[in-house]
Amino acid sequence: MKLLTNKTEIDFMGRRRAAVTLSVILIVVSIVSLATRGLNFGIDFTGGLLMEVGYEGAADLQGIRDQLASAGFDDAQVQNFGTASDVLIRMLPRPDVDTGELGAQLLKLLQQADASVDLRRIEFVGPQVGEELTERGGTAMIFALLMILAYIMLRFQWKFAVGSVAALTHDVIIVLGVFSLLQLPFDLSVLAAVLAVIGYSLNDTIVVFDRIRENFRHIRRGSAAAIMNTSINQMLGRTVITSLTTLLVLFALFFIGGEAVRGFSTALIIGIVVGTYSSIYTASTMALALDVTPEDLLPVKQIEDPDGLP
Amino acid sequence: MNQYPAWKNLLVATVVAAGIFIALPNLFGKAPSLQVSRDDGAALSDAAISQVDALLTSASVVTDESFIEEGHLLIRFDDVQEQLRASQLLREGLGKAYVVALTLSPRMPAWLRSFGLQPMSLGLDLRGGVHFLFEVDMEAAIAQRLDVIAKDLNRKLREERIRRNVRVVGDEVRVRLGDAADLERAEQIVRDSDDQLEVRRAKVGGEEQVVIRMTDDQIRERQDFAIQQNTITLRNRVNALGVAEPVVQRQGVNRIVVQLPGVQDPAQAERILDATATLEFRLVCDGENAFEAQRRGRAPLGCELLSDREGQPVLLKRGAIVTGDQLIDASQTFAEGTPAVSVRLDSKGADEMLRTTRENVGKPMAVMFVEQNRELVVRDGEEVQVTRTEREVINVATIQGVFSSNFQITGLDVVEARDLSLLLRAGALAAPVYKVEERTIGPTLGQENIDRGITAILIGLGCVVLFMAIYYKTFGLVADLALLMNLVLIVAILSMLQASLTLPGIAGIVLTVGMAVDANVLIFERIREELRNGNSPQASIHAGYEKALSTIADANVTTLIAAVVLFAFGTGPIKGFAITLSVGIITSMFTSIIGTRAIINFVYGGRTVERLAI
Repeated sequence: MKLLTNKTEIDFMGRRRAAVTLSVILIVVSIVSLATRGLNFGIDFTGGLLMEVGYEGAADLQGIRDQLASAGFDDAQVQNFGTASDVLIRMLPRPDVDTGELGAQLLKLLQQADASVDLRRIEFVGPQVGEELTERGGTAMIFALLMILAYIMLRFQWKFAVGSVAALTHDVIIVLGVFSLLQLPFDLSVLAAVLAVIGYSLNDTIVVFDRIRENFRHIRRGSAAAIMNTSINQMLGRTVITSLTTLLVLFALFFIGGEAVRGFSTALIIGIVVGTYSSIYTASTMALALDVTPEDLLPVKQIEDPDGLP
Repeated sequence: MNQYPAWKNLLVATVVAAGIFIALPNLFGKAPSLQVSRDDGAALSDAAISQVDALLTSASVVTDESFIEEGHLLIRFDDVQEQLRASQLLREGLGKAYVVALTLSPRMPAWLRSFGLQPMSLGLDLRGGVHFLFEVDMEAAIAQRLDVIAKDLNRKLREERIRRNVRVVGDEVRVRLGDAADLERAEQIVRDSDDQLEVRRAKVGGEEQVVIRMTDDQIRERQDFAIQQNTITLRNRVNALGVAEPVVQRQGVNRIVVQLPGVQDPAQAERILDATATLEFRLVCDGENAFEAQRRGRAPLGCELLSDREGQPVLLKRGAIVTGDQLIDASQTFAEGTPAVSVRLDSKGADEMLRTTRENVGKPMAVMFVEQNRELVVRDGEEVQVTRTEREVINVATIQGVFSSNFQITGLDVVEARDLSLLLRAGALAAPVYKVEERTIGPTLGQENIDRGITAILIGLGCVVLFMAIYYKTFGLVADLALLMNLVLIVAILSMLQASLTLPGIAGIVLTVGMAVDANVLIFERIREELRNGNSPQASIHAGYEKALSTIADANVTTLIAAVVLFAFGTGPIKGFAITLSVGIITSMFTSIIGTRAIINFVYGGRTVERLAI
């Protein structure tokens, strides 16, 4: 069975202007949204209290809100979590209450109204921990990018390194942009997913670059753009199929894995779609824009090749 | 062509066999169990084991199996009812030197256990439990140390009959002398007592004083001590709570992680864990009118105004006879029908108690409860944590006779007596701690997370397996086999590492399943390409594997870099994800390159092949 005809010859590089326009629009929208709306940070980053409780039947959200408000917790966010009987309560840290005791207090309050309420989880994060986490998350991201940049410079060449990091940054910004636009909750597991997107998108880019390198060495005729086009076409089958299998399991995780991993799978699904696109377009276009030539990748010793040109 | 040397086939076979064997314990599931251990951590004696046996037999409790593991006695039951019955029986029968904890233990047969194999250890989000992150109040640790220095110095100067006023101001101890001529002597006394302290003279309010500070080294040392001491105390308290497989670990400079699997009441656990409760025994200022002092808002010289549990004022002498750290044992008892805590002191405390009681028979003595609480207050628009010390006189009694190391405290209710004895036995915290993070997962959610995670893995796996088989035919089936093997190897390695499997960890496995076939896709696409270019089937297989290798390596190394960075910077759940992702990348390289090649070689190698089913 084959998904694609044996030899695709899509002129990817010829349409790179359109691709660049699309990427630029996506990135601008993402950055504007990140700057104006920001991310809907979970308590992992902001600090605060999160409590998940289960009721026997459907939960009366308004009733819970009123009840909490009458006890002085009018800033509590109450929403359904996954099913109608599961409720998620979120509160930001408050100076006037000992947040450590808050979980127990809230639970007691809810139990007074309905004894069937079942505590599913409490998460409390102090503000200082949240701050540290944000800092560490940022550092991790930058550190990962730098390490990868170094590795590709070592294995390929700096123009490719710049190309792949451009692709990565592109993917990360768009994933964050979607989370910001839709105001999806951004917690620790989503951060992990974003870092996994870095790994995945890179994987894709490297595979294409590898073929470009190989073809630069073997096909001596043709422009760099033409060779890149051939390479991308040659790898298209693999790019599509790997993305497909990965998406298959991610959709399984998204639909079955439950609410706890929904953010994680959402981030990865977006990341893989964007990453597949960017490994075709962004990385190569960037390298082309930096005027990459076959000579950039030829081993130095080939100059002394007796059969070669002087 | 395309034949593996014998050693390579053997290697693949060995790894696969070892993987299956090591992953085996995960198949049996877990059964409700009890873990019996000594509270001092020593191994259980044979006598204790036969006592347990006798207790269980006498009540005809049905056990499944019991055995010794790392000095603990583990008893497995068929159902939870028997487990709970046995737990109550043993807790009452064994006494307080033993800790009986409810736990789950793998139901694997004894022969498997004899190899020392373990199933994967599950994280708190999968089995339920409480995770706390405590921060140690370093400023308080230093302040306490300065207090001790000041008290000590005050005593020494008094012995030398030097008129002085010793005070702690900020991070220094200041000594004002009644006679400027004593400056030199006072300085010498400080140096003699501890030559590492920084001693200098400074003009404070136009008057020369001796100013003492701790050096940076001393501060660091004190902080280290505080965190180590606190870790030990927390561990003692956790043991007293009776939790199986708890984790108490230092994290970073000033934090301690406490994980209590299976604990469902975080409030109770926290009340015990971060309580800074300790006791002080003091003499009462006899003959002074406490109500009068309360009305004037000032205590007479040498006395301190406090209140008892009913809010009545009490005047106590400054300076404790004995403090909580001189206490070596405490247990809950009943004295004349009311709850009480029986206390035993160390020799220094006993000496002090003996001397004081001998000199003060017939006079009242008070027991004071001291607790430090943290609160968040807004100061200058910023949230800051402040420590508030709560002191309460729990009991005032007349010293009936001379006593030293053993005595009882009364005036408590049953719960208070139990909590207090527990806290006193575990020791006081060297510095207050406060909770900066808590994660409690209920048991139903934990089980749900496991079920959902496993279903997601199975369905995702099913889709990928089906797709590969249809798309690459025989080669796809081989890749599927490698994928299953990969899962077994991941489980085997995680079981060996005993790293906690968390929900993000499961997500990592799911992601690996999706990505693991990538290497095979790369190889198979290459083989198809070689075939298209007119190469023979055997040559295509060979070239496909050869040429795809560097690509696969490059792609996986970069993903591995991302995983390692995640591991280095991440905490808790992120680390779990990073571990399964890294393990998955490495095992998938093995199964999808060497593993599939071995099978492909077995199927096609060493014979003439017309066409490949790819």
